[in-house]
Amino acid sequence: MNAPQAPITFELDGMAVAARPGESVLAVAQRHGIDVPHLCHQDGLRPDGNCRACVVEVDGERVLAPSCCRAPAPGMTVRTDSARARASQRLVIELLLAEAPGGGHRGDSELTHWAHALGIDKTRFRAFERPAADLSHPAMAVQLDACIRCGRCVRACREEQVNDVIGYAWRGDDAKIVFDQADPMGASTCVACGECVQACPTGALMPKALAPRAVAPGTVAPGALAPAEARRTIPLVVEVTAPNEAIDSLCPFCGVGCQVTYHVRDNRIEWVDGSDGPANHGRLCVKGRFGFDYVSSADRLTVPLVRREGAPKDPSFDRVPADWRRHFREASWEEALEIAGGGLARLRDGHGARALAGFGSAKGSNEEAYLFQKLVRTGFGSNNVDHCTRLCHASSVAALLEGIGSGAVSNPVSDVRYADFIFVIGANPTVNHPVAATWIKNAVRRGAVLAVADPRRNALFRHARHRLQFRADADVALLNAMLHAIIEEGLVDQEFVRERTRNFEAIREAVAGCSPEAMASACGIDAATIREVARAYARSRASMILWGMGVSQHVHGTDNARCLIALAMLTGQIGRPGTGLHPLRGQNNVQGASDAGLIPMMFPDYRRVGDEAVAAAFERAWGVALDRQPGLTVVEIMDAAARREIRGMYVMGENPAMSDPDLAHARAALASLDLLVVQDIFPTETAWLADVILPASAFAEKTGTFTNTDRLVQLGRQALAPPGDARQDLWIIVQMARQLGLDWRYEGPREVFEEMRGAMESMRGISWERLERDGAVTYPCQGDDDPGQPVVFIDAFPTPDGRATLVPTAPIPADEMPDDEYPFVLITGRQLEHWHTGSMTRRARVLDEIEPVPTVSMHPEELARLAVSPGEPIRVASRRGEIELAVRADASVPLRTVFIPFAYAEAAANKLTNPALDPFGKIPELKYCAVRVTV
Amino acid sequence: MQKDERTRSIGRPRGRETDPATLARLRTLLADLPRRRDLLIEALHRIQDAQGWISAADIAALAEELSLAQAEVFEVATFYHHFDVLSAGVQAPAALTVRVCDSLSCMLAGAEQLVSGLQASLGDAVRVQRVPCIGRCAEAPAAVVHHLPVAPATVGSVADAVAAGERQCPVPQSPDFDAYRSQGGWQVLQDCLGGRLAVASLLESLEASGLRGLGGAGFPTARKWRAVASQPAPRLMAVNIDEGEPGTFKDRWHLERAPQQFLEGMLIAAWATGCEAIYVYLRDEYAGLRALLERELAALPGRIGPWYAAARGGPIAMPALHLRRGAGAYICGEESAMIESIEGRRGMPRLRPPYVAQVGLFDRPTLVNNPETLLWVPEILSRGAEWYASQGRRGRKGLRSFSVSGRVASPGVKVAPAGITLRELLAEHCGGMAPGHELYGFLPGGASGGILPASLADEPLDFDTLAAHGAFIGSAAVIVLSQHDAARDAAANLLAFFRHESCGQCTPCRAGTAQALESMRSAHWDRALLAELSQVMRDASICGLGQAAPNAFDSVIRFFPHEVAR
Repeated sequence: MNAPQAPITFELDGMAVAARPGESVLAVAQRHGIDVPHLCHQDGLRPDGNCRACVVEVDGERVLAPSCCRAPAPGMTVRTDSARARASQRLVIELLLAEAPGGGHRGDSELTHWAHALGIDKTRFRAFERPAADLSHPAMAVQLDACIRCGRCVRACREEQVNDVIGYAWRGDDAKIVFDQADPMGASTCVACGECVQACPTGALMPKALAPRAVAPGTVAPGALAPAEARRTIPLVVEVTAPNEAIDSLCPFCGVGCQVTYHVRDNRIEWVDGSDGPANHGRLCVKGRFGFDYVSSADRLTVPLVRREGAPKDPSFDRVPADWRRHFREASWEEALEIAGGGLARLRDGHGARALAGFGSAKGSNEEAYLFQKLVRTGFGSNNVDHCTRLCHASSVAALLEGIGSGAVSNPVSDVRYADFIFVIGANPTVNHPVAATWIKNAVRRGAVLAVADPRRNALFRHARHRLQFRADADVALLNAMLHAIIEEGLVDQEFVRERTRNFEAIREAVAGCSPEAMASACGIDAATIREVARAYARSRASMILWGMGVSQHVHGTDNARCLIALAMLTGQIGRPGTGLHPLRGQNNVQGASDAGLIPMMFPDYRRVGDEAVAAAFERAWGVALDRQPGLTVVEIMDAAARREIRGMYVMGENPAMSDPDLAHARAALASLDLLVVQDIFPTETAWLADVILPASAFAEKTGTFTNTDRLVQLGRQALAPPGDARQDLWIIVQMARQLGLDWRYEGPREVFEEMRGAMESMRGISWERLERDGAVTYPCQGDDDPGQPVVFIDAFPTPDGRATLVPTAPIPADEMPDDEYPFVLITGRQLEHWHTGSMTRRARVLDEIEPVPTVSMHPEELARLAVSPGEPIRVASRRGEIELAVRADASVPLRTVFIPFAYAEAAANKLTNPALDPFGKIPELKYCAVRVTV
Repeated sequence: MQKDERTRSIGRPRGRETDPATLARLRTLLADLPRRRDLLIEALHRIQDAQGWISAADIAALAEELSLAQAEVFEVATFYHHFDVLSAGVQAPAALTVRVCDSLSCMLAGAEQLVSGLQASLGDAVRVQRVPCIGRCAEAPAAVVHHLPVAPATVGSVADAVAAGERQCPVPQSPDFDAYRSQGGWQVLQDCLGGRLAVASLLESLEASGLRGLGGAGFPTARKWRAVASQPAPRLMAVNIDEGEPGTFKDRWHLERAPQQFLEGMLIAAWATGCEAIYVYLRDEYAGLRALLERELAALPGRIGPWYAAARGGPIAMPALHLRRGAGAYICGEESAMIESIEGRRGMPRLRPPYVAQVGLFDRPTLVNNPETLLWVPEILSRGAEWYASQGRRGRKGLRSFSVSGRVASPGVKVAPAGITLRELLAEHCGGMAPGHELYGFLPGGASGGILPASLADEPLDFDTLAAHGAFIGSAAVIVLSQHDAARDAAANLLAFFRHESCGQCTPCRAGTAQALESMRSAHWDRALLAELSQVMRDASICGLGQAAPNAFDSVIRFFPHEVAR
C-alpha cells in the first residue's frame, strides 16, 4: 500500500485549498463549490481533457491547463474565473454549439447547461452540417448532430465495458464516432449495454424511447459546414422532461446484482440508469438498462384465476395458446386463496405431508424465500421445497460444502482487479453476467492474464492469453491434467496443503495417470498448453477461478467442481484478495434463496434438516414439529409427481414447464397433479397447467433484500404499484400460510427480515436500517461495526477442523453420448437478451426486438454440410423430443455440436435435454445430450 | 437504405463476421509479422501495398488476427490518409494514384493548374489526389506517381512517367558505411564504446556547442539527454523523421546525403542515455529514404555489433533497431502523436504532463530527437563544441539548415549561420529573388511560424528571435512571397492545411481551424471573431498544431491588414 500522502495545498481562485491524493484541480474546485464548465469529463471515466471547456489559468504557465487532467502542485496558483480562462471556456462552448446546434437532444443536455451558466445564448459560428440520424438499433437513437466528439461514449464502451464497439474514426472536423466500421448501430457488434447513452452529455446517443424526434435524413457529410442561415439560437428555456421520481433499487435479472435508478412517471418506468453499487459502479447491460418494460406488458396477470370445470390440462403444447384465458375464470382473492391454500391443506390431510411440494424462486427476495420455505416446512410439514438452484449450481454447492464447508463464493467477482491470473471455465460471462465480465476485461487491460476454457469460443476469448476450446464433457480430464502437472512439476504449495487441507495423497494417486500428455486427446487441448496454464495458475501471485453452468450442469458436475477446488487448494490460491473460487450465480437471488433455506436438505444458513439439535432449535423458534428427512429436489419432485406420490404443488415465480429437462415428462408430471397453484406475473407455461393462478408482483413493485453472487445483501425498493388486483408476493405467501392453518401476521419485509436474521448467524450483523442507509452490506457480517467480509477463508475453512477436504475424481462420460442415430452434441444455455425461460425478457420490447425468434447455432461448415442457409429452419431431435427453429451460422460453436438457448417456448430446448442427474448435486445434465439435425 | 442492411440477420451473430478466405489471404500477407497491436499500421501498409485499398473484410480479418476490435482497426486505418479504406460508400480507387502537392510552395509554382491538367489528361484509370507537402518544395510543383517523385512536375512529365510505368522512388546514392568510415566516420561511437569518451564529457561538449533540437522546438539537446538518462530504465529512443511542416525538406536532404553520420549520431544518443531500443519513425512520403534506411539499419548489427560486444567494461547490448513507417499524417511529427502512432494508434497528441521523457513510448521514458540534430552530434564531437558554437551571427550559436522555397532564384537547403537575416540568406545563399519578383513577405517557419512582411527581412533568423513579431523559425522552412502573391491567400492555404491535418481531438483545434477558414473566406475578415478564435486556439489547444495555426491569420491582420480590411 502507498503511504498516506500529505495533502497538497495550493491557491484556487484566491482561496487556500488542499487537494486530496489523486484529486484533479477540477475535483478540488467542485468540492469547494466552484463551477468549472466541463463536458468530456465524467466521474468514473478516465479523464481525457479533449473538450477544453474546463481550462484554467495557472500562474507561470504559457497556456491554459485542463483542470480535469491537471494534478495540483504545491504552491500552484490557479484561477478558474480569470478573464483569460473564461474567454476560452466560453469560446469552446460556442464552438461546440456549432457542432451540436441547439445544444443537443437531451432536455438536460450538459452543453446547454454550461452555455446557460456562462450566459451564452447563441453561437456566432456556422453550424456543422447535420448528419442523418441512425435509428437502426431497437434500443438507442444515434443523432450525431448533437455529437460534440467528447469521447465519453468511446471510453464507456472501450475502457469501462470493454465492448469495443465504438471508435473515433477519421480526423479533424471529419472525425466522428463510429460503430465497428461505421456500420449502422443496429447492424454492429453493439451489445446494447447502453453505457454510451449513460455517458453521452448531449443526447447524441440516447434511449430511442426518449428521443424527442428523429432527425430527417440528410446527406451524411460529416464536418461539412452548413450555409450561414443554419446558424441557430439555443433556447433559453429548456423543456423539462425530467420524470417525477427516481428510485434507487436493483436490477431484477442476474446474480451480479447491479444497483439501478428507476426513473418513474405516472407509475411507469421511463428509463433506467446504473447507479454506484459495489457490484456495478454505474454499469449495466442490455437487460438491466432496456429490459424493464415487461412490468407494464399487457400480458400481466391482474386478477386471480381458477381453472374452469372440465378444462383439460394438455401437457403437449409449444407456446401457451393465445386463448388460454378461456380455460380459466376470474375469482376473488378470497375464493382463489381458499381453493389454493385450502386445497393443499386437504391434500396434506388426506395424503400426508410428503404429498405436497413447493418451488420457491431465486427471483424472489430473501424475505419471500424465507417465508416460502417456512411455509412448506411448517405448513406442508415436509422438506419438499426447492428452487432453480437445483438446475444451476447445485453440484458446485455440493462440492463446496463437502470440500470447504461453505457453498458461497470466497471472493467477489470484482476481486479480479487484484488477480494476476484469472481462470474462467464453463462460463460465458459477457452473455450471462455481462457486468461481471467487464471487471474481468478491465483486469486484462490492467495486465492480468486471462485463461478461458469453454467448448464454445465465447467473447472473452479475444481477451484471453490462453484460449482452451476444449471438448465438451472433458472437464475432469482437463482439470486433472492440470492437477497432475502442478504436482509433477513441484508447483504445490506444500505449506498450504499441509496446514489447511486433508487427503492430498488421494488426489495425487487419482491424477497420477492423468498427465497432460495422456489427457490431451480426450480434452482436445495439447499437453504443452495444459501445462502452461497449470503453471501460470499455480505460480501467479494471485489466481482466481470463476465458473458457471458449463461446469455444473453435468452428471459429473460435482466432480468438475471438486477438481477446481483441488486446484485452488494445491496451490494455496485462496483466502487472499484476487484469489479463490467464484461460481458465478445465475439468478439475482439464487444465493440468498439458498441461504434462506429454499432447498430440501437444509434450513436457513445451510444447517442440515437431519441434524437433531438444529431441527430442535428451529422447532423452538417456529413452534411447529419439523420433518427430519431431507425433502426431494426439483427433478425428483417431478418424478414423484409423475408417480402420483406428490399430489399438490405450490409454485411461486418458477417455470419448471420450461426450465426442467425432458419437458414432455415434466409437463406431464405437472398436469397429473391434483392441485397446482401457480403464483406469477405472467401466464407462463407452468401457469397454463395450473388449477389456480395467483397474480403476483414484479420486482419493481415490491421492496425486499436480495443477495448477489458476491454475498452482498442489497435492498430493492418498490418503484411501482402492482397492476389491477395483483398483490405483493409476501402478502400472498402469508395468506396461503393462513389457509394452511398457520397464524401468520407479518406486516412487511422488514419484519420478516428481522426474524430471518435472528435465525441466520451470517446475516446477524446486517440491520434493515443499515441496508436502507447503505443499500448494500456483505455477509458474513457480525454487527453494525463490521464492514462485512468480501474475502473469506483467510485462516481457516468453516469445517469442523478448519481444513479443506480434497476429493479425488476420475473422468466419466456424459450420460448420453452421440452415436450414429443422434450424432450431434446439444449444449443449452442463454443469450444476452433473454433471461432464463423468457417469461420476462420476451415481453420486454427491446430485448424481444433484438432476439425475436428461437435459433440453433452451428458452425458454418455444418451448415454447408447440411446444405442450409443461415436463417433457414431446421429440425433438432433427441430421444425425448423434437423442435424446429432457425439455424444461425456461428463459427464459435465447435463442429458436431449445436447450441440452443432455452428461453423460447415455441422451440423449447428442454424438450430435448436429458434428465440424468449428478448423484451429489441432483443437477440434470443440461449441457450435454445427443441430438440429430435434419433439414 | 434497405432494412436488411441496417438490422442484423437472425441467421448470423451480431456484427460483421470474418471471412475465412480473406483471413487466409491476410495471413499470407502478414507472413512472419508479429501479431502485435503496435504493428497495426505496418499490417495495414501490407494490405494497402498489396491491393491498393483496404476493405471492410480486410479490417474484420485483421482485427481477428490481432485480437483487436474492428472499431480499433477501423479508427486507426481511417486516421491516416495513405490508407484507402473502403467504407460508407467509398469505392475502390483507380489502380494508380498520382499525388500532387497543394501546399504553399507548390501552389505558388502552379500546382492548381497541374492538378486540373492532370485530371483532364490522365483519365479515370488514374486517381489524381491533392496532398499536403511532400517535402520537395525546392522543385515545385511536385507530384508523386505511386511512389515515384516527379519534381518539378508538368502535365507532360507526369504523363510520361505514368506511361513509362515507373512507380518506385529511386534509392538515394550516398556514401556507404565503409566510405563514411574511411573519412573518419563512426570514430566517435567507437570512442564512446571504447571508453575514450565519457558520457559526462560528451554531454558537456554538446552543452557547450549550444546544439538545440532542430525539429522545430529548439530544446537544448544536452538538457533533454540528461533528463531522459535520469529516468528509470528501461528507456527507449524514437527518431522523428516525420518531416511534414510545409516547406521543410532539410531532414530528407541531410539523410540522403549523410545517412551514416545520422546513424552514428543516433547510436551515440542511445548510448549516452542508455536507451535499449530505437524506433525510427519515417514519413511515408520518403519512400526512397525508407529503402535506404531499411537496408542500412538491417546491416548495422552485423557491422557494429562487435563494437558493443567488445565495449570497454564489458559487453553492452546494442539497441534494437526498428523502422516504422508513417501513413500520411502531419500531426505525427508532434512527438507524442508520433509515439501513439508507433504504438499502432491514431496519431493524437497526448496531454502533458507527463512529458515523453518521463512517460513516452510504451509508457517508458523516451528520448525523442530530430534526425538533423543527431546528424550534427558526431561532427560536433569530432570537430569540437567551439567549432559549432562559433558558427552563428549576431550572438547566435550554430548552424541552421534553411529549407528555402518560393520566389527565390535558387531554392534548396541552405546550411547557414544561426541568426542570419532573410536578406542575407537571399543574397548569400539563394541568388536573390527570382526574376521579376520583389520581396513582399516571407514565412520564416513553414506553415506554423507566421507570415512576416518584407520590412522585417533584417531580423535575425533563429529560435526565439521572432517572438516579438508573433513568429518563429521552427524547422527553418523559409517560403518567400513576392508582389504577385497575397498574404491572405497564403494564410488560407495554411489554414486549409491545418484543418486537413488537425487530429480532431480537442475542440479549439478541430472546430477552430474549420471555423477560422470559414471566416477567412469572406472578403472582409471579422477580425474580432478571429482574434477570439486565435486566443482560444493558442490558450487551450492540446498541442502545437492548434496553438500555432492562428499565426497565419494573426500575421495577416497584423502585417497585411490592407488585404482584408473593408
